[in-house]
Amino acid sequence: MSNIIECINLSHVYPTGFSAIKGINLKVKSGEIVAILGQNGSGKTTLVKHFNGLLKPTGGTVSINGLDTAKQTVFNLSSHAGYVFQNPNHQLFATSVLAELEFGPKNQGLANDEIAARVKETADFFQLHSIINEHPLRLSFPLRKIVAMASIYAMRPSIFILDEPTTGQDHGGAEKVRKFLRKLQDDEKTVILVTHDMPLVAEIADRVIAMWSSEIISTANPREFFYDLTTMKKTKLQQPQVTALSHRLQNKVLTDGITLTVPETINALEKVLT
Amino acid sequence: MISEIIRIENFSYQYAHTDKPALVDINLSIKKGEYLAIIGPCGAGKTSLALSLNGIVPHMTVGEMRGKVFVDGIDTTQSEVSDLAHIVGMVFDNPEYQLSQSTVLSEMAIGLENIGVPRDEMLKRIAESLEIVGLSGLEERSPLALSGGQQQRLAIAAALSMYPKVLVLDEPTSNLDPMGKEEVFAVAARLNREKQMTVVIVEHEVEVIADYADRVIVLDQGQIVNSGNVNEIFSDVDSLARVGIRPPQVTAVTAGLEKKGFNFQSLPVTLDEAEATFSEWLKQDKVSA
Repeated sequence: MSNIIECINLSHVYPTGFSAIKGINLKVKSGEIVAILGQNGSGKTTLVKHFNGLLKPTGGTVSINGLDTAKQTVFNLSSHAGYVFQNPNHQLFATSVLAELEFGPKNQGLANDEIAARVKETADFFQLHSIINEHPLRLSFPLRKIVAMASIYAMRPSIFILDEPTTGQDHGGAEKVRKFLRKLQDDEKTVILVTHDMPLVAEIADRVIAMWSSEIISTANPREFFYDLTTMKKTKLQQPQVTALSHRLQNKVLTDGITLTVPETINALEKVLT
Repeated sequence: MISEIIRIENFSYQYAHTDKPALVDINLSIKKGEYLAIIGPCGAGKTSLALSLNGIVPHMTVGEMRGKVFVDGIDTTQSEVSDLAHIVGMVFDNPEYQLSQSTVLSEMAIGLENIGVPRDEMLKRIAESLEIVGLSGLEERSPLALSGGQQQRLAIAAALSMYPKVLVLDEPTSNLDPMGKEEVFAVAARLNREKQMTVVIVEHEVEVIADYADRVIVLDQGQIVNSGNVNEIFSDVDSLARVGIRPPQVTAVTAGLEKKGFNFQSLPVTLDEAEATFSEWLKQDKVSA
């Protein structure tokens, strides 16, 4: 399978002299869901801003769909990689949800009926019809985040970069985000997920990249990653609660390794107890 | 009652230009030294309730209030926000909104200067408060050069230096990494345990509430729909589901096994309880499915 994102010896030094990422070598396959984890300030956001050209490498290269980002405009890259900001206020600017959803497809130069179809499909999926004429800034913060996600989805990029999509969401909002992620998975989109939401990572990521002090210090699948207490301690991350439970019960009650989700834990316990 | 620090009576509040009230007929008594968590879906009124505890609602908002809110015996409508700040320390979700100075020391000093605390007393309170939150030695750092967890602990220290009787935290960890969250919860728990500080926290993460809170109130559509200790609230998974709140993961696991026909005396709500439940369970071979 082809690499849709490829970073070779990527580094970024900000004008202040701060070296936010260094020596990053990373290949992401098309259709992969990759979670990028690490403490605040470890370089996660700097790294992913290179994937849609918001930042250009100060060392090394990044290619997206085979295109060297240093030679591309953000506009060109936006059709390949859509970035949903942690703070929707940095992203939304139109005067209605409808205008927000239309903006990207219009800029892509799509025909009117195609734009209308995209908007309808997007509003259906995110259940936005009842607020389609509202001003985005009149919506609650969590709903604004959903609108920001929807407006990127309307452009149908092949790569989705989601920065803390579940932060500030209540349980209902977080479920909407999960449903969206599963749809992207079904549609074989590539997803870059920057998050502190460990249960979400355990549920959905194919691969975990852990950053610490501007560098990648671990790359593993979630099951390996959440078993590795040493790396987790270093990166100051935590196991989901069910993973911690299954870890504590290993060789006492459970024997088949850690579990990552609530349903998996129920099944594992049911198996040993019947 | 002498041990009561906050009393809310038939309190309703509706913001101007909105079509329904944010809070409806709230009655709540909070005891001195209690650690109370407020949970509920977005838009339930959690922040409005938190802001009513230090008078920001109604003094700095536009709307219509009914009922009474008493903090340490003071009717909040009869007192200024600046006076209530001595009684109720407030910490918001985004520490950057609260930090304005170029060093940790001046950040700590500004509130105390405003209320005219003498220099020696000021330095003593700053040293004490930074010590409590574990930031001693960082006095000359820029607040913006601190980690998210440190910034939020600084916001707590600034609130503490006013010697409040109640600490109100409104989603204090929503922008923090897991370790930053842990730092903030640990500091609040220590203040509660060692200094008998009353803590009121608005928080989405049920796992940490189950670890720390004495009592939980559930808000939905502006009303208190449930109130009880963490075991009562979180083991009632069906009531939680009705207002769109999930239980702690370990509680969800046990409830899921119950649905499959297994029996438990009670549902665990913390990791330690769950470990004990399942270790015991296997030992006693209480399998009934």
